[in-house]
Amino acid sequence: MAGISGLLVTVRTGKQGAEMMRGKMNPEYLDEISTLRINPDDMAEAQMLPGQKVKVSSSFGEVTVTCIASDVPRKLFFLPVGPVANRLVSGSDTDGTGVPAWKGEQVTIEPADQVQ
Amino acid sequence: MDQELKVHSDVICTFCGCLCDDIEVEVVDNRISKVKKACMIGRNKLMHAQSNNPDITIAGKPTSLDAAINEAVNILTNARFPLVYGLSSTTTEAQREMVEIAEILNATIDNPSSYCHGPGLMARQQVGLSSCTLGEVKNRADLVIFWGCNPLESHVRHLTRYSVSAKGMFHPEGRKSRKIVSIDIRPTPTTKSSDWFIQVTPGNTFEIATLLRALVANNPIGKGDDALIAGVAVSKWRELAEMIRGCKYGVIFFGLGVTQCRGRDINVEQLAVLVSEINNHTRFYAMAMRGHGNVAGGNQVMTWQTGFPLAVNFSRGYPRYNPGEFSVIGLLARKEVDAALIVATDPGAHLPADTGDHLKNIPVIYLEPHNNPTTEWATVVIPVAQAGVAASGTYYRMDNVPLRVKKIVDSDHLSDEEVLKRIKERITHAQNY
Ligand code: SF4
Repeated sequence: MAGISGLLVTVRTGKQGAEMMRGKMNPEYLDEISTLRINPDDMAEAQMLPGQKVKVSSSFGEVTVTCIASDVPRKLFFLPVGPVANRLVSGSDTDGTGVPAWKGEQVTIEPADQVQ
Repeated sequence: MDQELKVHSDVICTFCGCLCDDIEVEVVDNRISKVKKACMIGRNKLMHAQSNNPDITIAGKPTSLDAAINEAVNILTNARFPLVYGLSSTTTEAQREMVEIAEILNATIDNPSSYCHGPGLMARQQVGLSSCTLGEVKNRADLVIFWGCNPLESHVRHLTRYSVSAKGMFHPEGRKSRKIVSIDIRPTPTTKSSDWFIQVTPGNTFEIATLLRALVANNPIGKGDDALIAGVAVSKWRELAEMIRGCKYGVIFFGLGVTQCRGRDINVEQLAVLVSEINNHTRFYAMAMRGHGNVAGGNQVMTWQTGFPLAVNFSRGYPRYNPGEFSVIGLLARKEVDAALIVATDPGAHLPADTGDHLKNIPVIYLEPHNNPTTEWATVVIPVAQAGVAASGTYYRMDNVPLRVKKIVDSDHLSDEEVLKRIKERITHAQNY
């Protein structure tokens, strides 16, 4: 089955910050926090196309997001901070520090069954 | 009839730890109509400050402020393990009230730094941190290192106001007389505008700081120049160490890429020791890129009131501090909390879903100026006058310099401080404190 595993890293983006201030229910904000940056070679390996909906799964949950090609390292996937990324990390997994694995959660990415 | 136009200058944007204090805001008939000089985030924050306000509600039904406060007091005084949480986007005056409420309730109090820059605060308790003000950076810094942060997207005006192109006393030419280095795991707008981008492998901050300590001190490292540390050749790290030793005044700005990656607090500990050892050779400092406008103030207030900057529990009648145990995320993940008073943060958006979901199962009192994911399910919602827009007070910038934020419009709602004072007084009365 097509797919790829690696580490999810949550990040701030300019658009995420600016759109958040217009309201966290606004579609532009929700689009931005559902946009995954991924290396083009990883995308090819996982048989995914830019703009395609993909399913991202961790041990704690799964979300459907849109993937776009970016100059990020291979096997590192970047999602803006927010409620979407927060379905993939857990508060019970902080190594006793109070800080979840927002900068390195193991995830698997595969094309979503239905391209919407 | 002519509309009344007021122009407010030197307004402080309260979004991020930069607290830019040069914003110009035009107000027509008590509505903000134009914002100048702010970045897009700050502009949007101010332009949307007066819209999308929630109603006062209990269980989703509109009610009066008095009834909402009574319900809040009822919930909090009947709880066995209440949590007081938030603080990061309100005034220090309101934060002080929250600490007092937590103490009266024998509650636990925490702020979002416990999952952001909290590891850095824990590191500071171990080894201290040589730090400075942003004014010093602007006037003196000739080497600026951004480590695990991307201010061009998160603290947009940091570079122009303080750290890169700002023209300072000893740097009248601004950008030309400074060297900018970025250490990050991926290219970002900040790394692309730096003189030197060192792209590292993730989770190796501690190793990098350890290596730099040795190289700056000219100690043997037992590895050849071609050996890779964090994916980068030792020869490159040696070049950076030489650049550090050769500068007149250097500063490292570190972000969540340092505090949230593998190692967390010990990363900052090693970075802080590195910075203090560099001072054997030249002037050098480090500063956390604090996120929310007054998250630094939350740490200040909690420290001066309880002795600790975050994760404080009052259940024994005196403050006990234990990050991990009393951090908001751990408490909620373990479902220990049975009621919560939340002010000036949005757990519905910020916390891991499994953690935030516990709040949906317990009564939550929420003070917030805008509709957001948390207002959707909070038990008691009390809209407030937004700090820095419709309420004045003190905010601490990321360098811990306190600034007074202004009230530039009137609001129908009370400020966080005023609502919290009323809640506190009624709790005191209910408990015959
Ligand atoms: S940099 Fe931060 S404080 Fe300055 S205007 Fe932008 S959001 Fe506001």
